[in-house]
Amino acid sequence: MRHTISLFVDNESGVLSRVAGLFSARGFNIESLNVAETLDPDTSRITLVTTGDDFIIEQVIKRFNNMVNVIWVDDLTDETRVEREMILIRVEAKESTRAEILRMADIFRAKVVDVGSESYTLELTGDKEKVNAFIDLLEPMGIKEIARTGTVAMKRDAKNSNAEEGDK
Amino acid sequence: MARMIGAEMFFETLIEEGIDVVFGLPGGYVLKVYDVLPKFEGKIKHVLTRHEQGATHMADGYARASGKPGVVLCTSGPAATNTVTGIATAQMDSSPIVVFTGQVPLPYLGSDAFQEADHIGITRPCTKHNYLVRKAIDLPKTMKEAFYIASSGRPSPVLVDMPKDVILEEDELVIPDKISLRGYKPPTKGDPKQIQKAVDMILKSKRPIIFGGGGIIHAEASPELKEFAHKLEIPVTSTLMGLGAYPSNDPLFVHMLGMHGSYAANMAVHNSDLVISIGARFDDRATGGNFDEFSPDAEIIHIDIDPSTIDKNIIVHCPILGHAKLVLQQLLDALPEKIEKDRKEWRAQIEEWDKKHPMSYNQTGDKILTTYAIDTLSNITNDDAIIVSDVGQHQMWVAQFYKFNHPRTHITSGGLGTMGFGFPAAMGAKFACPDRQVVCVSGDGSFQMNMQELATAVEHKMDLTIMLLNNGHHGMVRQWQTMFFDGNYSASRFGVLPDFVMLAESFGAKGLRVDRPEDLESTLKEGLSTKGVVLIEVMVDCEELVYPMIAPGGAMNDMIMATTPDVA
Ligand SMILES: Cc1ncc(C[n+]2csc(CCOP(=O)(O)OP(=O)(O)O)c2C)c(N)n1
Ligand SMILES: [Mg+2]
Repeated sequence: MRHTISLFVDNESGVLSRVAGLFSARGFNIESLNVAETLDPDTSRITLVTTGDDFIIEQVIKRFNNMVNVIWVDDLTDETRVEREMILIRVEAKESTRAEILRMADIFRAKVVDVGSESYTLELTGDKEKVNAFIDLLEPMGIKEIARTGTVAMKRDAKNSNAEEGDK
Repeated sequence: MARMIGAEMFFETLIEEGIDVVFGLPGGYVLKVYDVLPKFEGKIKHVLTRHEQGATHMADGYARASGKPGVVLCTSGPAATNTVTGIATAQMDSSPIVVFTGQVPLPYLGSDAFQEADHIGITRPCTKHNYLVRKAIDLPKTMKEAFYIASSGRPSPVLVDMPKDVILEEDELVIPDKISLRGYKPPTKGDPKQIQKAVDMILKSKRPIIFGGGGIIHAEASPELKEFAHKLEIPVTSTLMGLGAYPSNDPLFVHMLGMHGSYAANMAVHNSDLVISIGARFDDRATGGNFDEFSPDAEIIHIDIDPSTIDKNIIVHCPILGHAKLVLQQLLDALPEKIEKDRKEWRAQIEEWDKKHPMSYNQTGDKILTTYAIDTLSNITNDDAIIVSDVGQHQMWVAQFYKFNHPRTHITSGGLGTMGFGFPAAMGAKFACPDRQVVCVSGDGSFQMNMQELATAVEHKMDLTIMLLNNGHHGMVRQWQTMFFDGNYSASRFGVLPDFVMLAESFGAKGLRVDRPEDLESTLKEGLSTKGVVLIEVMVDCEELVYPMIAPGGAMNDMIMATTPDVA
């Protein structure tokens, strides 16, 4: 099963290798990994998405808890949460496809962030499904390059939750 | 506040931490540390080992015998990689050691400088934590953290990497009184709800058994365990690592369980209705490895300090996360005044199993059986002697036939099964407990893996006995070849062995040899009463096999028993 795991860790060198090492030691692939500073510059937040045996992932999470540099860890998989990913996508822009690309960008509420003589670069934020659907639609026009941030996730505020369609 | 260089801070902090022995070997990037060492004479004893692996096992043996962290000091690159086996060994058996390595100067990190290795990367999976120190002023704080992490919670190794420029840098000595690590809060007391649940389970159980592990020893929980077992009249069995935690001469003791555990212990665990595991992790050598068929009728209470051991191999009904000593106290406090229990049938059943297949041997013929040698050793050594075994058949026979009555008297590499551990670890134990009798029981194979430390032992005028069981083989390998590979003895026999007596003598130790059963006891006695380092080479029968045996992957009631009349 696919798991989204959120970790608060000390913002120092080597922490990421420790976290990643627990997965590689079990032959697990990390599908996406996002790390950035939190409000407290000494702390980073890691959002990690992986797919694997639930039992083993539970073991890995227990090991995270044991790590000196891990302050807090939470498996968000069974929680109501917001998950988002941002992508930058460069598509071929020919005379014949330009209008169609812009129309699609509009529907998906993507932004055009760079315009070249032969390509458009679009920026899109959304959950995994939306991002994948966007990529699929642009595929026939010719995608030249893609950069994805990987998922970031947050638990919903249970008291005052106003889930958008498609959210978990 | 005093100004000094990193190298001096290193020793000042060790002294502050109450460390008085360091096992090490100098080289390039730690030369300044060694340069200042003589200034601390009288406060810090440095043991110059002949190999960094030896140093690490010594520190480990020291830690296991004393409960205090053992310290290693060495240089970078090959020296640091030499410590890896010892670190992994300590980690698997939850032994607190702190390894200090020299490192290339910070600006050269990652440049493939002379004797550079990525110590942090290499040891990450086998330490609880490791540190690269970047400024001298941080060194004392880092060291304090390292000792705290190594010795609290589930004890484990920690490595501190000290670049040469940090060692040379001058700054104020700032040793913090207290440390707090926001991501590290080891469990202490158990959850009261779980304690109550456990008590209810215990009170209604008819066939309970205590499955004791090494955690009892780390937690110094033997007195509580004894009180608990007696109050409830619950039989106690032990993993390899737990031997000594409960006195073997106590009527409730059912001996060791596991792959080479006693018939009675394995049958008792398999047939019990409540397994109370304390400081054990249900690994495949303790349970046979057939986790699905583990104790089919039993509910399981699992007391452990490490959350990652819970539900790892065996799904448990009542986990209690906490320190074994505190949890046992909580359980004792939660027991009712009057306890109704009837263990007559259960204990009689265990006794019957024990009678059916007792741990025994039959010393006939003119070859010494290792079982007989160990039993004899057990009978003639002091009650509080520390026995350090190596890895192989002899190790299992020590576990089966030596009668351990006190915690920290049985030291062995259980988790990693590191041949070569025994002798240096025995030296470490002797440094920790200079007034106790310490005996290393080793095999001809294992001893050859760290015998260079004979020089270190003689140099330190240690009183130490090595009982070397020479069966001319990697005996345990041979045993598996006998049992599972149709007697295809591939690469298990030694074509050449040193003359161990002459070898010992060449180092300045005393060597003795015995090959007739009738001379065994007197030779052992002679060796044990001789001062200095004494190696007693015991020539033993290579055909003897360790029984019972749960075949790998088997269930605990599925044991292979001895078939020949010679080895019962
Ligand atoms: C470092 C290491 N290498 C290999 C092994 C595999 N192994 C386990 S027991 C054994 C034989 C041990 O021989 P010896 O020390 O003579 O003991 P014996 O079994 O003969 O009593 C070997 C090779 C090991 N445990 N450790
Ligand atoms: Mg041998």
